[in-house]
Formats: sequence, C-alpha cells, structure tokens
Amino acid sequence: MVIMGYKTLDRFQPGETGTIDLIQTPNYKVRQRLLEMGLTKGSRLEVIRFAPMGDPIEITVRGYHLSLRIEEAKTITLLSAAG
Amino acid sequence: MNTSEEIISRNIAIIGNPNSGKSTIFNSLTGLRQKVANYPGVTVEKKEGIVKFKDGSLAILIDLPGTYSLTANAPDEKIVKDILLGRKTDIDPFDLIICVVDASNLERNLYLVSQIIDLKLPVIMALNMIDVAEKSGMTINVNKLSEELGILIIPTVGNKHRGIEALKAAANRRANYSKKARQWKLPIVLEEECIELKNLLQIHSWTEAVAFHDAVTLLSSPYYLEEQKDLLPEEIVEHVLQDHNRLNILGMDCQSEIVEARYEWIKSICGSAVIFNRNTGKSLSDRVDNIMTHKFWGFLIFLSIMTIIFQAIFTWALIPMDLISKGFDSLGILITRILPKGELQDLIVNGALSGVSAVVTFLPQILFLFFFIGLLEDTGYMARAAFIMDRLMSKVGLHGKSFIPMLSSFACAIPGIMATRTIENRKDRLVTMLVSPLMSCSARLPIYVLMIAAFIPKKSILGIISLPGITLVSMYLLGLFTALGMAWIFKKTLLKSDTPVFIMELPPYKLPSLKSIVLQMWEKGSLFLKRAGTIILGVSIILWFLSTYPKKENFSPSVQLEQSFVGRIGHFVEPLIRPLGFDWKIGIGLISSMLQREVFVSTMGTIYNVKDSDKGESTISLGQHMKEDIDPVSGHPVFTVLTAICLMVYYVLAMQCMSTIAIMKRETNGWKWPLFQFCYMTALAYCVTLIVYHVGLFLI
Repeated sequence: MVIMGYKTLDRFQPGETGTIDLIQTPNYKVRQRLLEMGLTKGSRLEVIRFAPMGDPIEITVRGYHLSLRIEEAKTITLLSAAG
Repeated sequence: MNTSEEIISRNIAIIGNPNSGKSTIFNSLTGLRQKVANYPGVTVEKKEGIVKFKDGSLAILIDLPGTYSLTANAPDEKIVKDILLGRKTDIDPFDLIICVVDASNLERNLYLVSQIIDLKLPVIMALNMIDVAEKSGMTINVNKLSEELGILIIPTVGNKHRGIEALKAAANRRANYSKKARQWKLPIVLEEECIELKNLLQIHSWTEAVAFHDAVTLLSSPYYLEEQKDLLPEEIVEHVLQDHNRLNILGMDCQSEIVEARYEWIKSICGSAVIFNRNTGKSLSDRVDNIMTHKFWGFLIFLSIMTIIFQAIFTWALIPMDLISKGFDSLGILITRILPKGELQDLIVNGALSGVSAVVTFLPQILFLFFFIGLLEDTGYMARAAFIMDRLMSKVGLHGKSFIPMLSSFACAIPGIMATRTIENRKDRLVTMLVSPLMSCSARLPIYVLMIAAFIPKKSILGIISLPGITLVSMYLLGLFTALGMAWIFKKTLLKSDTPVFIMELPPYKLPSLKSIVLQMWEKGSLFLKRAGTIILGVSIILWFLSTYPKKENFSPSVQLEQSFVGRIGHFVEPLIRPLGFDWKIGIGLISSMLQREVFVSTMGTIYNVKDSDKGESTISLGQHMKEDIDPVSGHPVFTVLTAICLMVYYVLAMQCMSTIAIMKRETNGWKWPLFQFCYMTALAYCVTLIVYHVGLFLI
C-alpha cells in the first residue's frame, strides 16, 4: 500500500503523481530556475521515468516534460497523490 | 549583407523559450540574409538577418538567445536581459519584439511573455506550433488570449511556413506595448514593498518599467542584491536590506511568492482562453520515448546513433576529404607547369596551396557532424542523448551535453569544439573545449599506423588479441581517460564550479526541417573558413618559409630540410627532447607537424629520402628506413619499440594542431585559452612521455 503523505521527489515511483509543497536548496539560482520552470507550490507533477542509469529523472509539469538530477529532486518536497 | 544602398528603417528582435521554434521562425523571416557574430566581450552568438517587407522596406532582425526568463543565470540569458533592459549601449533600442511562444506548452512560455509585457516594450506574439497544440487536444481562443494580454497574437506553424506572411505584415505595422495595467498581484505586504522600492528606484532615475523589474528581482532573494550591490546607490541597498529583514520576520518566501504570483495569473488566463479537450491518452511522442529512453532499447538505439555519427565523420567524410586533397594536388601540379620554377612557384604550391588545402579538407567533417547535430537537435533527440549520458558525464563534473562534442573529437577536435555551443554554462563549455583535443582524432591515425607497423611485433596474446591492435586501442583509451581525468581536475581547480545543474526540458519529438539543418551547416562551414582559415593559412606559410630557407642549391631534400630553419630548430631542441628518447630528426617532425599531425609522416619521408611514389609501399619502406637508422653518437638504433611508443604517447597528448588553436581562439574570443591549452597539453605530453620512456628503459 502506498502511503499518502509528504516525501521528496527522488522517492517517487514512475507513474506516481504529487503536488509540490516546497523547494529547499541553498542555491538560490537553482531554486529560481526550478520555480520559473513551473515547479511552484501547489503545481502537480508526475514522474515519468528514471534515465537508464538511474539518474536523472523525467517528470511532467504544466503539460511539458522536464528532466532533473536526483540531487535536485531531493530538494523538492511533494504531497503524494497516489493511493 | 548587401544593403548599403537600401534604407533599413526598423530594428526588430525575436525572443522566446528554447525549443519554441524561434530559430525556424527567424529563418523563415530572413532566409539566407543572415550573419553570425559574437556579442562584444562574451562568447554568446549574435545572429542577425534582414527582413524584407511587401512594401520593399527593410528591417534588421536580431535573434536573441533562447531563454526561459529574464532573471538571468547563464551568460546568454544575461545578454537577453541586458539588451531588453536597455543596458547594452552598443545595441540600438528595438522598435518591436516578436515573442515566439510554443502553443503546446503555453503556461511556461507565457512566463517570459509576462516579463516582457511588464517591461512595457512594443511586442507581438507568434503563437507557434499551433498545430501540435491542437493535436494534443488544446483549443486556444486567440482573440481572448490577445485581449487578456493586451498584445497582438499571430498563430504560426514555423516548420510548415504557416502564418509567416501574416507575422511579417504585423511586424511591418507600428506596434505598441500592452496598455493593460499589470494584472498579476503579489501578496499585499510584498506588493507594497515592491511599489515602494520601484518608486525609490524611479527617484534614482530608473524608468518605471525597468524600476519595477529590478524591484521584483531585488526583493526575490537577498542574493540578487548581493550580486548587484556595487552597481546600486547606497540608499537602495539599505532599503532592500531592510525590506528583506522585515519580510523575513513575516516568514515570507519572496522568491517563491513572486514566481507563483505570475504563474497564478498565467493559469487564470489559460483557464479563460484555452479549452483542454478530453485527454486522448499518451501522445505519439511519449510512446516513442518509452522506447528511446528504455533501459535496454534506449541504450542500444543511443549506441547505434552514435556509431553512425562516428562512422560518418570518421569514414564517410574521408571520401570527400580525399577528393579535395587530390584536387589540390592536381591543382598544385597544374600550377607547377604554368609558373616558372622558383621561389614564387614554391611559395604558392608548398606554402599557400597546402595551407588552403589543410583548411578545406576539414570542411567535410564539419559539415557531416553539423548535419547530424542539426538532425538530433531538430528532432528532439539531442535532449534525450544528454538525458541518457548525464549520469556518466556528471561523474567528472560535466553536463550530459558534453558528450557529443567529446565523441566528435575522436574524428576531429574542430567540429567537436564548435559543437560545445549547446552547453549553456561557460565554465563547463570551456572544460569540454579544453579536453576535447585529447581524444585521438583521425589525424593521429597515420602516425599510429606508421609506428605500429614498423615497430610493434605482429604477435598475438592468447592467440586472439594481436599486439598491434592492442597498442592502437591503448592509444585511443589513453586519450579518452586523460580527457576525462583532466576534465575532472579542471572542474576541481581552475574552472572550479559545481557539477552543472541539469534542469533540462525534453521537447516533444518532431520531424526535422531540412532547411534549418542545411542553414546551420552552411553557417558553421563558412564561419570555420573565415575565422580559422586565415590563421591556418598564415601559419602554413610561416612553416613553409621556415622549412625552405635558408636555401642551398643542389642539395637533396633531406639535407636541405636539415639545414633549414626548421632543421636548425630541430637540432636546437634536441637536448630538450633527448630525455624523451627523441633525436633532432623527430624534433623536425614535431615542429613541422604543428600545422597538422599527419604532416609528421611526410616529413619523416623527406628526412629519410623516401620517394612518395606509392602511398602504401612508402609507409612500409619508411618504417624500414627508420628501423635501420643508427645514431652516430651512441651506435644504437634511433628508433626502438620504446621510441615508437613514446612518440605515439606524445602525439596522443600534445596539442600538435594549429587549426584547433585557431578555432579555440575564435570560440573563446581571445588568445588566453588557446595558449593555455597549448601549454598544458604540451607539458602533459612531455611529462607523461618522460615517465613512459624512463620506466621503459628500466624495464628493458
């Protein structure tokens, strides 16, 4: 059983969806970029797949596909919507 | 651009997100009337062209680098921001901005549009790829969207040339900035601070629109204040610091709030102007990606594509290259017949012509590579290649996008270095350029072949692995691992920066447009000829001079070469290269092959008086001659297995390529990096060869 709740993006499974709660990274430029790419609080995203070597990760957000490394995914906390 | 007699009435800029089809629209509007230069002081490409309108009037169209926002991070994004904010004094203000928007990715694309609207710039929007949007189940009410944003919108399909004439007609009319007051609002406290700061900036002679932009940026994070501190009046710095303190106490996440507020507004506009039809399930592009980035098939496809590219630049490009060099050979023979024998004939045939031929023979590889790069980029596969390879490249601190330039460098470092333009981060791009020439290019192969054929015993280990084969593979691996190791070192020291952030859009697959691929090939080819060609030509004439003078009549070519300037330098550097096991003859070879590595083989041919009658045979007989050469001082053979290995190792690592230096100069906009590259590679080659030689001596 998948427990609904808060977890970071890197712990999501392909096909799982969630809504963004917050991004915690000391790098303000990376944070700005993530926000401006549409990863704002409350936006919904779905994990599509992990790259063949396990990193980076591909997601969809605001209707488009975006890839980011596990390192950045760890800084994004979401509320999982899978049940 | 031959427009001196015509009057250019207007200055237009084209802007948009990466992958919005901006370049296709630019190409459609300008056709072949375009040129590429660099923005002063930076290595960001400045592309401009001429648009001709129906009434015969002309306008300059500048293709600004693709960007997601005006809160710039990368150098090319910063250029866009500076130009739009009017901070680049060497660029005239624009009469109009055409903002290209990917209709199928509307929300994120409108983010940039909203920033431009806030700057109160005259703007029209090209709602591009409207066909893709419709296919994916979106119905966009263009009139409603136009009304909400307060700007003119022209729907286009760039790659099918739809809407281009309408866009042109609209661009020829006087456009205005959006008269609508700003619709998106920040949380009250933040909004108040923002207005207050804006007013304060206006007192300090900021224009209203730029003041608002800067107020938003400065309030979004204290780091932006830190960045611009030196450029701002003290009063402003103080004010912003206090603002941040106050907002911090309130627990306001300003950075997040500001971006969110904009997106909230965009979402509400999309809600009223776009109807999302029932989702038709997974799109074709998504289904294609299931295979293309599959754990097993994805790798297989990736490897096949890379093999084809490699094959093309390594083998297929050799056919036109061979034709070109044969053509130049017969041209040389023709000139020899026409012109009287003498200095002039020698200069033209052996100096100028061989230089031109050295330049032109690179063209096929460059064109082939950029055909494939264009194809990969245009179809959308390039992003997937970076997605698949990123894990590996991040191990040495690089981006997935560094892979293609490094792979291309196995054929030739010149197209490889030119291909680094896709890497946004300046430092990562530099590191990739610095290490790419360590990959064994095709010009090293003749040297490997000569040395291996002559000196490596044709034995095999365990009956299957042949010694010559394993030597050749070792040389390629030595180059590869040194390149990766040096990249890692550069990233840790000289060009210290974190492993580049990989936040990359994966655009939907689409059919490539042959027109834009051909245009890119044309652009890269002519750039190379113009910029690098002149340097290479100059150097080849200097080398010709050094190897021809001082002239002694009636001497055999080998004696003539020995007593020429190059020969003297060869003797002069002998003490320096003795520790590597090289004598003055190899010294001559090293110097004369500065232009191109493979020249080493023909120089050795001259030194050992081997007639260049038949290519295949001469290599064998040259090897034989080299083997039999005895050092008059020591009585030992000049060349041993160890010398051959040392020489190969030296060529793996040394920067023996003037063309690469020339292209580095062009790509980095100065002599600093090419000189550094030359020095570090030569030093590295010297040290490693020294170690190999002495370890070898010890073992033998």
